Amino acid sequence: MTATTATTPIVEMRNIKKSFGAVQALRGVDLTLMHNEVLGLVGDNAAGKSTLMKVLSGAYIPDEGEIYLEGKRVHITGPDDARRLGIEMVYQDFMLANNLDVAANIFLGREVVRWALGPIRVMDKRAMEIQSQQLLRRLNINVSSVRLKVEHLSGGQRQAVAIGRATAFNAKVIIMDEPTAALSVSAIGQVLDLIRELKAQGASIIIISHRLEDIHEVGDRVVVLRHGRKVADYPVTGDVQSFRERVVSYMVGARDDFSKVVAEED
Amino acid sequence: MQERAAGAGKSAPSAQITRERPAWRRSINVQELGILVIFLLWVIFLSLATDTFLTTRNVFNMLRAFSWIAIAAFGQCMVILTAGIDLSVGSNMALSGLAAAMLAVNNVPVPLAVLGGLVTGGLIGLINGLLVTRLRLPPFIATLGMLSIARGVTYGVTGGWPVRQLPPEFNQIGQLDIMVGSWPVPLPVIVMLVLAALVSLFLSRTVTGRHIYAVGGNEEAARVSGIKTQSVKLFVYVSCGVLAAIGGILMTARLGVAAPTAAEGYELDIIAAAVIGGVSLFGGEGTILGVLIGAALMQTIRTGLNLLGFPTYWQPAAIGAVILLAVTFDQWRKRRSRSVR
Repeated sequence: MTATTATTPIVEMRNIKKSFGAVQALRGVDLTLMHNEVLGLVGDNAAGKSTLMKVLSGAYIPDEGEIYLEGKRVHITGPDDARRLGIEMVYQDFMLANNLDVAANIFLGREVVRWALGPIRVMDKRAMEIQSQQLLRRLNINVSSVRLKVEHLSGGQRQAVAIGRATAFNAKVIIMDEPTAALSVSAIGQVLDLIRELKAQGASIIIISHRLEDIHEVGDRVVVLRHGRKVADYPVTGDVQSFRERVVSYMVGARDDFSKVVAEED
Repeated sequence: MQERAAGAGKSAPSAQITRERPAWRRSINVQELGILVIFLLWVIFLSLATDTFLTTRNVFNMLRAFSWIAIAAFGQCMVILTAGIDLSVGSNMALSGLAAAMLAVNNVPVPLAVLGGLVTGGLIGLINGLLVTRLRLPPFIATLGMLSIARGVTYGVTGGWPVRQLPPEFNQIGQLDIMVGSWPVPLPVIVMLVLAALVSLFLSRTVTGRHIYAVGGNEEAARVSGIKTQSVKLFVYVSCGVLAAIGGILMTARLGVAAPTAAEGYELDIIAAAVIGGVSLFGGEGTILGVLIGAALMQTIRTGLNLLGFPTYWQPAAIGAVILLAVTFDQWRKRRSRSVR
């Protein structure tokens, strides 16, 4: 078991292609995510990073390419499929129902049912509250009560709840789409702490971010996309300044580690 | 896996303390409390200002009169919770009541006649729901069309004449009093209270109930959480249709006649009862308890204005003013709760 989990990537995407009309958003991208790895996915606007993650989370169906989860070929045809396979998504704008409390949001769409009479399914609120409390405590998320409505939380707390929700149901892979973009500086710190905590507890995470310092702080490896192709894939090392300069040089097209591969294909 | 201790220390989470409200404040929402206080003050005022208000007879007359409005408002509440609206409830009440009445006068057994009325209301709701979920029409437009269509059908099938001489067993539904202790409680009032309890429990305790609130709070979040948002919407329009039909049948049986003009303009009273009771037109906020208080306030204002000798023709203006006040209060409360956090 340990031998296979150490060598088999938890996610492997091979030669993913996706076009929208005449626009080729993804031109054959390979991407791997290892167990317990935090992967930063970066690139300029329209580089294809969100499209690639939407393929993985089931929002888009690729024109070509294969996806393997723990070595097994999977066919993801919708968000429900992805969730069932253990792929969870965290969004920039949290995607929480502000009128509901924290526990209700964590269990939204997956409510614990106490008893059911046909379509009438009565919820077990107590169980959901207790489990939510345990989840928040385990992740060190600072919310005074799970009965608090989300509209009364700060931005950082909301994103923490959204991330907590993504991890609540034994997720194998957590995709975070710009998790810090809508947050204040102190809230960004909270979310980065949470990502570190998740990694310490064994999670495998892909983070899309424009904030390279975030990737540098919590990421193990970085993948750079440009014009729908992967142009760089290497471990995060060194100080922030040199990391940033190197990533930017790939983003703007000054460097490209995979151009030969394309030349061969063409 | 690398160690980068430098980054770990610098982003200590700032203490974000959000105070929880005390339990008594959480159990009832602000607008319900506000409206309950206004309602009680108004009742006390009327009891002191008139001799006729606080009599058993008047109280039960009022209860009876607002019971069918309240029942329809429960359904309206479910629709508004999803950020929708159903303008066709008044026409639905008339058509469903008419359907039941026509079946009853044609010697169909009363239970079946009632069932026919309920199916009529359910179908109207189903069509509303399909227009909203399948054709993606805005709820306001879809149900505005249905308001006119259902009303047109009541005129069409009756030729404009009311259906009279309903069988007494049918009229019993609306006219029967049931002795509770020493009080003769009208059957429609009992139906209203039972439905209030059922719908309230449904909304607060069941999975579907929670999904209704979620769709109104953030439809996109509900969708990515795996909730079938279109099914939830279809469900609330059908429920609203059936509840309007129950109100319509009770109203028809009480009056003993199914007039094509019945319940004209009721949609506004019904929506107003919901909004005054704290149901937010933006979706996701509101309770059945609030709707019940809202409907009661509407009725006591109507009755009170009569008892105080307020000119009948001016009453709609007074009611309109109350509605505007309620919505203004709702907006103010929303803004305040946003700035508090």
